[in-house]
Amino acid sequence: MNDADKSARSARVAVVGAGPAGLYAVHSLLASASPLGVDVFDRLPTPYGLVRYGVAPDNQKMKSVTRVLRTAFDHGKQVRFLGNVRFGVDIRRADLLEHYDAVVYATGAQGERRLDIPGEDLPGSYGAKAFVDWYNGHPDAAERDFDLRAHHVAVVGAGNVALDVARMLVRSPDEIAATDVPDRVLDAFRNSHVTDVHLIARRGLVQAKFTPEELRGLKDLVDVDIVIRPEDVSMIDDDEARIQANRQLRTNVAMLRDWAQRPLRGKSRRIHMRFLQRPVRIVGENRVEGVVLERNEPLADGGVRGTGRMETLDVETIFRSVGYEALPLPDVPFDRARSIIPHHRGRVLDGNDLSTEKEYVTGWAKRGPSGTIGTNKSDSAETVSTLLADLATRSSYHGSDPERVLTLLDDRGAQYTHWANWLRLDDHELALGRSQGRPRVKIPVLRAMLELSRGSSARGAIGGTE
Amino acid sequence: MAYVITEACIDCVHRSCVKECPVDCIYEGARALYIQPDECINCGACVPACPEEAIYYEDDLPDSSLPYLEDNANFFTQTLPGRSAPLNSPGAAAPLGRIGVDTPLVASHPAREVKA
Repeated sequence: MNDADKSARSARVAVVGAGPAGLYAVHSLLASASPLGVDVFDRLPTPYGLVRYGVAPDNQKMKSVTRVLRTAFDHGKQVRFLGNVRFGVDIRRADLLEHYDAVVYATGAQGERRLDIPGEDLPGSYGAKAFVDWYNGHPDAAERDFDLRAHHVAVVGAGNVALDVARMLVRSPDEIAATDVPDRVLDAFRNSHVTDVHLIARRGLVQAKFTPEELRGLKDLVDVDIVIRPEDVSMIDDDEARIQANRQLRTNVAMLRDWAQRPLRGKSRRIHMRFLQRPVRIVGENRVEGVVLERNEPLADGGVRGTGRMETLDVETIFRSVGYEALPLPDVPFDRARSIIPHHRGRVLDGNDLSTEKEYVTGWAKRGPSGTIGTNKSDSAETVSTLLADLATRSSYHGSDPERVLTLLDDRGAQYTHWANWLRLDDHELALGRSQGRPRVKIPVLRAMLELSRGSSARGAIGGTE
Repeated sequence: MAYVITEACIDCVHRSCVKECPVDCIYEGARALYIQPDECINCGACVPACPEEAIYYEDDLPDSSLPYLEDNANFFTQTLPGRSAPLNSPGAAAPLGRIGVDTPLVASHPAREVKA
């Protein structure tokens, strides 16, 4: 290895996805001793991925992690943001392998699991992801309307997303107005008729996947009663042992038992937490009218067994929230059984468990949809340490002149945006928020986002791209 | 509202929570670590990282550890011994490194048995 040659040219790394996993990867890359150039691609003109579009709007403190994530772009031309670039369309795997010395996939989990039960596609039955996209102002859901005129709503699932959806549904209009949701979403919440949200979990509370942090979010709901029937928090002996062994479970169970024992306070809205209930089918003539639930019973191994006892719960809307999952990226190896990009310590493996050349993965595309935002920091640190060790063994770097990628994008007709464009959109959203006494008002329509990013809005400002 | 580091950290200072914190808001005194409550985003990533179970969400603090709620904040709002001004909100712990002083509550705590 000739260090003199290597130092003549610094390695160039492409990060695909500007969410927390991708940006923590950038942080780790910048902490390395060797000089690197990094391009961060995102299919949207906005950074922060699930921090902007997944973390619920009523958790602005969690969203403040952007204070740290944004510093990835404090390094001038060394780290570029290339937004509104679609992987597989505007830029392909082969392009990245040609122009960069290493590629990090941080594309998250764009898909969602289904229940696979009859009636799942009746009008009024929605995947939670579309609803989360919508209330968070994701361009994919900008033109959608969610009718919140149902009184009774079922949310199927026992994870953090299910809790977010249930909590958002029972927020008062004033509470929603204190968030950054788009105007259209706020209007829908102002006209909401929702009184009762039934959170339906197939297994017992011991197996529920929500974290204490999320469960705690139900505590500060002002005008909501949490309803838990005593039989739902009764447990078998093995459960007690599991609870004592796990601090997170102890915290969860203590909160749930407290709610189960507390008398109802006559609030105007309720969340009913129903454990050990399996949705069997969704029923209704032309739209959702109810869901048939089978009572499960817990088994010693932590699993459950159906009892054959059925009950129909009358609801007018159902949100299915049984898990996000990563989707295959065009031309990139994918493990369909596990719904992740296969890897060893972050280095991408092909179908024969061999390392592909200079490709890496981090975040949900690597480990599946689990963990908190913080989990991505150590996850990306692992991936980047693998990447840097590999780079150190190379005798030379071949990453292209940074201009060549821009030329390629131009040739493809890609309307890519820079960090400065995002800052302009960011300013606009914040100013809109200030004018309404809100923390921010999100712009959800891609066309409008791009116009505001470029400064070619009705206000007549003229802006360049850099 | 934030997470709070309690007396179980004193003289342990394992620091495994520090690298988990996504906003680098866990600061090192001399004998204990402190969470900057305004910088904490309530993600809870630090909780499972702590082998001493020293970290609690403030609502869940055991009664005996309640003084540490104010004490974590005091580390930033009060002027620590030997310093001329409060730390306030430095924005990140890593650039400061080990600060090397503690709040009076932690400093006056009897020495704790440290596990190997």
